[in-house]
Amino acid sequence: MTAPMAETDHDMKRRLPTDWKSNAMQKRISARYASERRFRLIGLAAIAMSAGFLAFLLISMLSSGLGGFTRTEIAVKFDFPKAAIMVDPAMLHGVNADQALSNANLPAATAQAAIDTLGKGGDELLSPSAWVEVRDIIKDDPAILGRSEILSLPASADIDLAAKGNAPAAAEQAYARLDEAGLVSRSFNGGFLTSSDATDPSQVGIWGALKGSLLTMAVTLLLSFPIGVLAALYLEEYAPRNRWTDMIEVSINNLAAVPSIIFGLLGLAIFLNLLHLPRSAALVGGMTLALMTMPVIVIAGRNAIKAVPPSIRDAALGIGASPVQVVFHHVLPLALPGIMTGTIIGMARALGETAPLLMIGMRAFIASPPDGITAPATVLPVQIFLWSDEVSKGFVEKTSAAIIVLLMFLLGMNSIAIYLRNKFEKRW
Amino acid sequence: MSGVAIVTIIIGLGVIAWLSARAKAARLGAASPRRSGDGAPPRSLLHSRPGYHGWYAALWVALPALAFLSIWANIMPGLVTERVLESPAAASLPEDGFARGAILGEARNLAKNPGAIAFDQRSQALVEPYREAHRFYSIGGALAAVMLALAGAAFAFTRIRPDFRARTRVERIVMMTLLCASLIAIITTVGIVASLLWESLRFFSMVNPLDFLFGTKWSPQSAALGYGNDDAFGAIPLFWGTIFIGAIIAMAVAIPLGLMSAVYLTQYAKPAARAWLKPILEVLAGVPTVVYGYFAALTIAPNMRDFAAWVGISGASSESALAAGLVMGVMIIPFVSSMADDSIASVPQSMRDGSLAMGATTSETIRQVLIPAALPGVVGGVLLAVSRAIGETMIVVMAAGLAANMTLNPFASVTTVTTQIVQLLTGDQEFDSAKTLAAFALGLVLFIVTLLLNIVALQVVKRYREAYE
Repeated sequence: MTAPMAETDHDMKRRLPTDWKSNAMQKRISARYASERRFRLIGLAAIAMSAGFLAFLLISMLSSGLGGFTRTEIAVKFDFPKAAIMVDPAMLHGVNADQALSNANLPAATAQAAIDTLGKGGDELLSPSAWVEVRDIIKDDPAILGRSEILSLPASADIDLAAKGNAPAAAEQAYARLDEAGLVSRSFNGGFLTSSDATDPSQVGIWGALKGSLLTMAVTLLLSFPIGVLAALYLEEYAPRNRWTDMIEVSINNLAAVPSIIFGLLGLAIFLNLLHLPRSAALVGGMTLALMTMPVIVIAGRNAIKAVPPSIRDAALGIGASPVQVVFHHVLPLALPGIMTGTIIGMARALGETAPLLMIGMRAFIASPPDGITAPATVLPVQIFLWSDEVSKGFVEKTSAAIIVLLMFLLGMNSIAIYLRNKFEKRW
Repeated sequence: MSGVAIVTIIIGLGVIAWLSARAKAARLGAASPRRSGDGAPPRSLLHSRPGYHGWYAALWVALPALAFLSIWANIMPGLVTERVLESPAAASLPEDGFARGAILGEARNLAKNPGAIAFDQRSQALVEPYREAHRFYSIGGALAAVMLALAGAAFAFTRIRPDFRARTRVERIVMMTLLCASLIAIITTVGIVASLLWESLRFFSMVNPLDFLFGTKWSPQSAALGYGNDDAFGAIPLFWGTIFIGAIIAMAVAIPLGLMSAVYLTQYAKPAARAWLKPILEVLAGVPTVVYGYFAALTIAPNMRDFAAWVGISGASSESALAAGLVMGVMIIPFVSSMADDSIASVPQSMRDGSLAMGATTSETIRQVLIPAALPGVVGGVLLAVSRAIGETMIVVMAAGLAANMTLNPFASVTTVTTQIVQLLTGDQEFDSAKTLAAFALGLVLFIVTLLLNIVALQVVKRYREAYE
């Protein structure tokens, strides 16, 4: 460092060379290095905080939600011959079984069995849907009507909460008594995946909302994928540069940035109030989300089409293909993996979308899965929103459990997108 | 005849037309070989390959018939009603248009579902004429559609000749379809603007726009209860709440964290670490907003309230602006980070090298060279992030309150534009009240503001990109 300085004697007289070994200089350098380390640490801390927040969110959802997949059961001694079940065992084989059992006074018989086993108030320890369980057991094995059996029936929401350690004092005591008697057990709550919304947290399930989500996504995909791909092809391959295509381009870019709730207002004003399509239906939800997803697909599609090298087009044109043949026989198949990746990402976004669907009335209480795209339906994120509003404490773990299911779906879709990208991505 | 059946028949005719036209064209092609030059193999005289002739015929069969059916489905109810009114059973109908409409509607319902219950005996008498008219027009429509399809087929078949340019015709239709698909984007934009403007104009005919934009009292409930529209729709508290949560608190979280994450990822992290950390940040953007909202309401908000109570801040609410803003900020981090990442990466390497060669440390280079050079891009990214934050709905619906306060206390409850839109439009309501129309006026303001933010942001980014190219 000092060598160039020494060359000019003249300079040395006026300005002394920097003495890098001096105390002041050493201090300055170490201060600069310390600041460098601090800055680097702040950067690392920023990343760590973001990742930490994500981890905190996921862990808190998992810890409060996993309980939603299990349920507490109470062993109840069911003395079938003595119970007041009015059913003829002969009726239980064949098509009339459901009819016969629904008239068999099972709810009262179940409550009586609970009182006999658990003492006074025992019927309130069981879930209001416990008799459904009894019905299914009888249907599977009508011979059970002739003997006495100990059945594990779902406990009420309060007892369930007590078993998971977060309940009012009365329920805690009742649970402690049951636990001492060795009557309670935990098992997988299959009903959570197969039933629909209900008023009692011990009976709710997500199948209705999940089916609504699947129907809505199907409508969204069927509308937005073809339209998005065709629009992307037109804009990228054929569109002349003029004011019209500029307008199309500007509106697509703007639509991608419009807040989702505005699409909900559009759906409400046009699809519901102007066209009188059915309210709360998967059809309208799907159409609204399709308008939202289409710009995403167009933008991803254009990037994928742009990535196909011009030599492919030139070669096809050179052997006599028409412009339409060039695009549909060569460019589109090569761009398809990229388009699919963009589509899956857009669909994942639509699957998690809530606000526009609230606008078109998909927030009603719907206790049975939708039959078709025009039947009233709800979707998974809206179901989460509805449950989060419930006062009853039992809904907390159900909400988190539904969130876990939603996140699983999103994780799956994004993994497929990443897999497609890695597998088919070509560097030309 | 049901709609599905007739559409199936027409599609079936289309398939038949496709197969037979293709076969005919192939035969013509085989029958007219031509010797082209000496020794060259015989070539077909066909201009277009047989498949294109098939498509040409199929399109002529299906398109006119399906277009006719879709028009017919719209005008048929009117024709049916007219015919029912001409029937002798309709002579006893009341003159009053409203009562008449009610009875006709009931008769229509009865004719469609035989199990339905009639409230008015007069409608019972109209069921038979109604069914008869319906049958008449639907069979008529179906026959006309099939005739149209056959006529299309006949026309297409007469045009199959070796020199007929079927491919050109078919490709013209393909191009039209492509153009229509891209026009959907314009139609959607126009639909958004028109529906928002239309409903907002109806709202502004009830409420003075100046009172709406500059009023400071928001209580749509009192307007709905009949206390009048004056002083009930002042949106300033909403605008303040939106800015407070979306543009101040959320950005106070997202800008430092996002920017520093981007700096660390681009300048310090080793490639292997970057390959892991970047997707983790992106996961934050992929979590649905309803999950963030639930998390904010269930976990963050109570802790914030307890913290405020512990510190001794008065007015702490369990629906604090801070909880919603913090979580929204976290949601925005990946957005800010990826925009900053792009603009830092596009600063020319020579500037960075020059600074390092002068003896500056990496952090000095970043702070004094890279960030100033990347600033326009970063600012553009922040503007886009703000536009996203103020349009975000679920987090504020679930975690922010409904009280329209104008406060600087982050622990107090404020409400936002999107929260109020959801609040006004859900639940029982008649559609024409000022209360529901106010939601569209709020939506219009939101749309305009986010649009302007996006345009400005893109301009800033574009101008800056050009500076280094």
